[in-house]
Amino acid sequence: MPPLLNRRRGRALLTALFGLLLLLVWEGLYRSALYPPFIVPAPAEVFARFLTIVADGSLWGHLLVTLQEVLLGLLVGGTAALLLGYLIARSPLLGQVVMPYLVALQAIPIVAIAPLLVIWFGSGLTSKVLICALIVFFPMLINTIIGVRSVPAELHDLMRALEATRWQTFRHLEVPAALPVVMGGLKIGATLAVIGAVVGEFVSARAGLGFLVNSARSTFDTPRMVVGVFMLAALALGLYGLMVLLERRLLAWQRHRR
Amino acid sequence: MSAVNGLSDPTGALYPANPMQVDLVLQVQGLGRVFSGNGSPPVTALEGVHFAVRRGSFVVLVGPSGCGKTTLLRLLAGLDRPDRGQALLDGEPIRQPQRRIGLIFQQANLMPWRTIRANVALPLELIGVPAGERRAQADRLIEQVGLAGFEDAYPVELSGGMAQRVAIARALIARPEVLLMDEPFAALDALTRERLSLDLLRVWATREQTILMVTHNIAEAVLLADEVLVMSARPGRIVARVAVTLPRPRRQDMLYSAELGRLSGQVRSAIEDGGVILAQDDMPEVNRGVI
Repeated sequence: MPPLLNRRRGRALLTALFGLLLLLVWEGLYRSALYPPFIVPAPAEVFARFLTIVADGSLWGHLLVTLQEVLLGLLVGGTAALLLGYLIARSPLLGQVVMPYLVALQAIPIVAIAPLLVIWFGSGLTSKVLICALIVFFPMLINTIIGVRSVPAELHDLMRALEATRWQTFRHLEVPAALPVVMGGLKIGATLAVIGAVVGEFVSARAGLGFLVNSARSTFDTPRMVVGVFMLAALALGLYGLMVLLERRLLAWQRHRR
Repeated sequence: MSAVNGLSDPTGALYPANPMQVDLVLQVQGLGRVFSGNGSPPVTALEGVHFAVRRGSFVVLVGPSGCGKTTLLRLLAGLDRPDRGQALLDGEPIRQPQRRIGLIFQQANLMPWRTIRANVALPLELIGVPAGERRAQADRLIEQVGLAGFEDAYPVELSGGMAQRVAIARALIARPEVLLMDEPFAALDALTRERLSLDLLRVWATREQTILMVTHNIAEAVLLADEVLVMSARPGRIVARVAVTLPRPRRQDMLYSAELGRLSGQVRSAIEDGGVILAQDDMPEVNRGVI
């Protein structure tokens, strides 16, 4: 590999170039006139639409609504998954009793549950948060269980031999030992939460990026739909990046190597 | 105290009639452990294990693999409960794990998210020793085990031998009355092993520590120990005891001395005879001199 590619800046440049390539393919597809503009709009037109929605202030409103749903959903789903995951990991009996139902819940497509939740909790924030929480819950639950169960038995023996209290074992052993796997679940959950918010907004909403896409669809405003889709991608990327930063901070020890 | 649980020890070879005469820190009386698996026939891992350890001595247990050495150590550590007999620490039965009994495993078992200093200081942190005091004690021990300069390193940055040194420092910092070591050098190469065992002796000499170590390396056992106890194959029990007459401090060149060779031979033949369970009275009492 040439030295340029070994450096961070070189890699970032490559990533940007790849994005440019994708943009060129899109532009080429538009110019080929194989598809009418309401199917493949021009990149320039989409960008212009983006500027209009920014200018009239509606984009930030939609973005903030979705962001709020996603973050609250992550918080609710994540907390529930951490609590239940820890209990299941510590008590095989509880796992046996509740796991089949949790798996069944996970097996139902979220789009099938979403309308029910909207009926039960209204078309406001609550139903969206619950849909996000539901979709975030399972991967985080599984990762928490695996994380807590992966704590080496010898380290548990060590803590027992040192007469550590239940709380000390939790704080000094189980939490740090399970953290890498739990963080993996949180990263998956962060991107899934965006899907949950959009599903909820598609069912019924008055605002949000999913609402933006869905309402643009009803007026065949394809550029507006594409703007919405890009914003959702940016939101998911941003959240993922946030989780990576959080992970780096919490798991700084993992970056030490011989 | 001479007849516990119906066990007699007529010669007093392993268990002196009057424990008050010798300062015994650990007394193991007729310890037995049976593992009953689900469906499979029960396995008697230990049966009638009987011995005592003097305070401040270095005792090494040797025996064929699968003789229940690890099971015995887990019982003595209070991590497992015996089915028969009992083990006493300072005359009191060991019922649960306790700080007074230190443990060193085959693997270093360090916490990868803690620095070397924080790993060594863990036992003090758990009992609420202030940070400054913890740090001072940890750094002193890290230096003693030859790892000065690595205080802020993480376990992934250490070799296996260095990690085991950290484990030794962590075990010593709590000042346990007895240190139990389960084949602590088994995962290391021969050279590292030799160096580390001699370093362990050096640290041991400064701390008036009682050590009970399990190994299946006979030469290592003799080089380190005041007393070598030989265990038989399953069910495990103590079949012989060899007092090591080598002078202290022990040196590496003693590994090749005639005396060590002779003692190793005794241990080896005791292990090979181990298949025959010897009655308590017939217990070969090899070389029972002044230690």
